[in-house]
Amino acid sequence: MPFLTSDPLDLEAMVASVADPARGALASFVGTVRDHHEGRVVTALSYSAYGPMAERVCHEILEEAEAQWPVRVALRHRLGDVAIGEAAVVVVAAGAHRDEAFAACRFVIEATKRRVPIWKRERYVDGTEAWVDPTAPGGLVPAKHPAASRARS
Amino acid sequence: MAMNHPQGSLRVRVLLFARYAEVVGTAEHEVTVPAPATVADVVTALRSDVPAARILPERPLCARNASQALPEDAVEPGDEIALLPPLSGG
Repeated sequence: MPFLTSDPLDLEAMVASVADPARGALASFVGTVRDHHEGRVVTALSYSAYGPMAERVCHEILEEAEAQWPVRVALRHRLGDVAIGEAAVVVVAAGAHRDEAFAACRFVIEATKRRVPIWKRERYVDGTEAWVDPTAPGGLVPAKHPAASRARS
Repeated sequence: MAMNHPQGSLRVRVLLFARYAEVVGTAEHEVTVPAPATVADVVTALRSDVPAARILPERPLCARNASQALPEDAVEPGDEIALLPPLSGG
């Protein structure tokens, strides 16, 4: 099953995919789309990715987590347009005890944000759009051609 | 078709994503570089082929065949070199 999907994320199905009677601790992280960024009102958000690399890196991150802790981890990230309040990323880690479940869940969300080639574009209430860029001043770079950028998502 | 390319050169596909695709105006471009060549040579060739690409960083984050690559990494014919803007997933 791909890590990246255009469909809504299903937390319950992800929990079921890693749950096991031997794993009594389930830690989850759900990242949803905020309605504000840097003081601006966000009305819509769109994710694009380098698909083949993103899938490979997600797989590596889960392998690293499962090598480091005795856990099973599920990870999914949305692509395309995601509405305010919807889940953009979900991580579920299942282990025998909470320490390893929390640690693995935290590791996977941090590694996903840092290493998976995914890009976020925001649209604001005034109709302008911007690319989210953690290296840019204010974390945003204004987008230029709203229509053209939707070609690859 | 092969006659268009000098001996000792190689062709690679350059992929551009997100803001880089937007500012350059294309998500894909093929470049021909003299062999042997590195990832950095491919970026230089793109910048010389496509004027709009000159506003990209000189050393962007790159991937070679879907794995992160260093500027000095060698490229092979048929490689896919991707230029990746700063990541912003999650």
